[in-house]
Amino acid sequence: MSATPLLDVRSLSKRFPVRGTPRAVHAVDDVSFTIASGECVGLVGESGCGKSTIVRLVTRLLDPTGGRIFFAGEDVGSIPAARFAATAARAAIQMVFQDPADSLNPRFTAFDTIAEPLKRLARITARAELDTRVRAAADLVGLPAELLRRFPHQLSGGQQQRVGIARAIAVRPRLLVLDEPTSALDVSVQAVILHVLADLRQRLGMTYLFVSHDLNLVRLLSDRVLVMYLGRIVEAGPVDTVFDRPGHPYTRALISAIPALDPGARRPRVRLAGEPGSPIDPSPTVCRFFGRCPDGHDRCEREMPVLRTTGGDGHQAACHLLDSAIASSPTPSSQRPERESLPVPRGGTS
Amino acid sequence: MTVPAAAVPLLSVEDLSVEFQTRDGVVRALEDVAFTVARGETVGLVGESGSGKSVSALAILGILHPAARITSGRAVFGGLDLIAASETQREEYRGRELSMIFQNPRTALNPIRTVGRQIEDVLVRHANLGRARVRARALELLAQVQIADPARAWGAYPFELSGGMCQRVMIALAVACSPALLIADEPTTGLDVTTQAAILELIEDLARRSQMATVLITHDLALVGERCDRIVVMHAGHVVETAPTLELFRAPRHPYTARLIASTPRAGARLADLAPIPGGVPDLRGVLPPCRYRLRCERAAPACDEPPLPRQQIARGHLVACRFPS
Amino acid sequence: MIALLRHGRYVVGENPVTGAAFALLLVLLFFALFGVWIAPYDPLATDAAQTLQPPSRAHWFGTDQVGRDVLSRMIVATRLDLVIAVSAVALSFVLGSAAGACAGFFGGWTERLVSRLTDTIMAFPLFVLAMAIVAALGNTVANIVYATAIINLPFYARMARAETNVRRDAGFVEAARLAGNGPGRVLAFHVFPNCLPPMMVQVSLNLGWAILNAAALSFIGLGVRPPTPEWGIMVADGAAFMVSGEWWVSLFPGLALMLAVFCFNLLGDGLRDLIDPRRRT
Repeated sequence: MSATPLLDVRSLSKRFPVRGTPRAVHAVDDVSFTIASGECVGLVGESGCGKSTIVRLVTRLLDPTGGRIFFAGEDVGSIPAARFAATAARAAIQMVFQDPADSLNPRFTAFDTIAEPLKRLARITARAELDTRVRAAADLVGLPAELLRRFPHQLSGGQQQRVGIARAIAVRPRLLVLDEPTSALDVSVQAVILHVLADLRQRLGMTYLFVSHDLNLVRLLSDRVLVMYLGRIVEAGPVDTVFDRPGHPYTRALISAIPALDPGARRPRVRLAGEPGSPIDPSPTVCRFFGRCPDGHDRCEREMPVLRTTGGDGHQAACHLLDSAIASSPTPSSQRPERESLPVPRGGTS
Repeated sequence: MTVPAAAVPLLSVEDLSVEFQTRDGVVRALEDVAFTVARGETVGLVGESGSGKSVSALAILGILHPAARITSGRAVFGGLDLIAASETQREEYRGRELSMIFQNPRTALNPIRTVGRQIEDVLVRHANLGRARVRARALELLAQVQIADPARAWGAYPFELSGGMCQRVMIALAVACSPALLIADEPTTGLDVTTQAAILELIEDLARRSQMATVLITHDLALVGERCDRIVVMHAGHVVETAPTLELFRAPRHPYTARLIASTPRAGARLADLAPIPGGVPDLRGVLPPCRYRLRCERAAPACDEPPLPRQQIARGHLVACRFPS
Repeated sequence: MIALLRHGRYVVGENPVTGAAFALLLVLLFFALFGVWIAPYDPLATDAAQTLQPPSRAHWFGTDQVGRDVLSRMIVATRLDLVIAVSAVALSFVLGSAAGACAGFFGGWTERLVSRLTDTIMAFPLFVLAMAIVAALGNTVANIVYATAIINLPFYARMARAETNVRRDAGFVEAARLAGNGPGRVLAFHVFPNCLPPMMVQVSLNLGWAILNAAALSFIGLGVRPPTPEWGIMVADGAAFMVSGEWWVSLFPGLALMLAVFCFNLLGDGLRDLIDPRRRT
């Protein structure tokens, strides 16, 4: 028997209309997942996969076009984003941004930045109490108190990101969304920030949604991982399982492309043909990965694959080839019909 | 005793020092930087932000910011010292024998000219081909960098192409005249990991086919570990260690190199294994100790404050700038 | 507050140009505040026996065509000219930038409305529009201020709209929403204050221009009514006598105008440095 998940996303979609035409960009299409309290779930995918949109939908900065979002049992998806700031749930869902320099108001000192949510959401007005809370938050993230008087441009990248994290946790949220929190930082600073995040999770018992394009980082921090491609989730499961035994061809290609420090960890590269398909009005009956996939089958063109279980521990992948009935007779790659781009001259498939 | 021709490096950078004049003082961006690149070799130039890796490349090519001054050093390329040479001489080499690709491909291309015309500009300037031949060669190059539908790309503007395709175009521009050396300054930062792998493979492939040497500048240690024959590690304007790749990872001798490797996430490692490097990159204005890593180093001793910064040869091709290498 | 003053001292001391401009501003302010009491003669007192006297020991800058002391009139006029310029620019800045910021942030109908309004104003040659407004409403100081404010609205509206647009999608704006601010508060307390530094330069240039505008209106007779001392009117009065050799009647008020405009132009960068926290070390 499982407790109510902290975050329950059901069939979420978001479409952005293309100006002047009836067409729309399907940024997020029929995405469903849950996050249990205390878990850290990673969300990976390349540019255009929809992870930034998911982040903005979950943090309620954007309204969904379809589907529901439940937070601690409450339907938060139906509250319009413009009015969400006034609800109690606002303080429970917070975010750490990718670019620390961009996410801090250049006119606010570090103190002001961290105090802002305390003033607005926790309604703390007494100067003394505000001071205590801000210092406590700064302390949790390892930010020295004398830096609180400084402006963002007077802080280093790592220090700026600490301010961003302190701001996010000041109101003790239950769900913290981390949007590529270290991608703008040097590798040595990255290690520090990751330690801070892991430490905080333990101390404050928070739940994380960790979005990144760097799979190695996701593996370090997350319990489970979701892989997205062109607006849909193509694979989900415990992080080690997905990395060691990827079920979806895209996940395999992604993992094989990661540069590995140890020669022993390098995998033969799975090459993808062409460029990603267009997110504008994609066909609902063709697999989004069809055409780039090194494998293929007739069925991939006729039916959109859904997430199906492929292991005992909750591992799922959306691929027809996992169906044992057709796994034995995939279409040879030479018979794959071409999409918009001509075939690559090099013999490079799989 | 004659030195075999193969032993003469294609590019030899010696004692390169660069300063910047800024409002807040003189920034000594590079100090006594030295490394070599042999014909056909792939060398990785790796370091964090502020380490001076991009500045080194720009200094070699002679395209530094006007506020920069090269206070000393030589960059001998095929017998010519590029730093001492005149601008006219350098222009002959740039684009033909020696070329560079940059980090943000879309901004590195001219936004108001089509991609095809930009490639043709390079060919007309350096390859002395007639108009008719130039167009054909441009299309050939676009196909060579694995752009599907070269004819369509030829007429496209940079903003119409994806980041990966823009980078391929830049590579086409760079290899148009089959240079002997290609410098790639963070060519894949900002690109997706699958595109990154494809671009680096393309560069590798082109390099292998025409015996082109490559200098790969990046902050990603895993990247150079996979693609490079030798690695040059830089910190705050100094070269701290130079070694063949396998040897560098197996036995790093400089404390900074060791910590850099330890702070890079790898498959199978746990978070507890990830060790950060204390302190920050030192401020390059003002007075600095001879070893710029001194304040962050766990092995620092009073002897480290005495100039000059030592350069010890540990083994063949393995140099460390440290008094107490491990 | 103390930090702001300390930063102010740094800004003024660091750049000699800003320092000089600031000193000049202090001089102008001094005359504006105390001019009435330190002027040697009554600016309105005429003296038929002393008309068009060249500069002398008694009258340092000479006298005009009805015997009034030019120096006294110049000093007293400082207050009026500065008041007109500052109030016109303040009015223009407040209304224009508020409208522009709303237009840039909310888009939609607000933007369309504000854009059409500014387009309408900009369709006229601006000085002619000012003339028309003053001619229609009457020659009072208040109307001069309104006219100058109206013709300057479009600059602030457009600038505020552009700056707001750029910052609308910044990370810290999203963070402000996450911290519980509604769209109105986000615009007022987060986006708009960040748009101020670039607008400060515009404000100071505008101050100079507003003085010239008021002077020009007075020059053609649509401004301040005689015998009120005002630099523009004084230049107008003296223009007729330039040809016959009585140069002092126009030159000295003209010089005052030039110095005031010069001072405001130079102050622009200093004002921006004062407001922008990124310039603080």
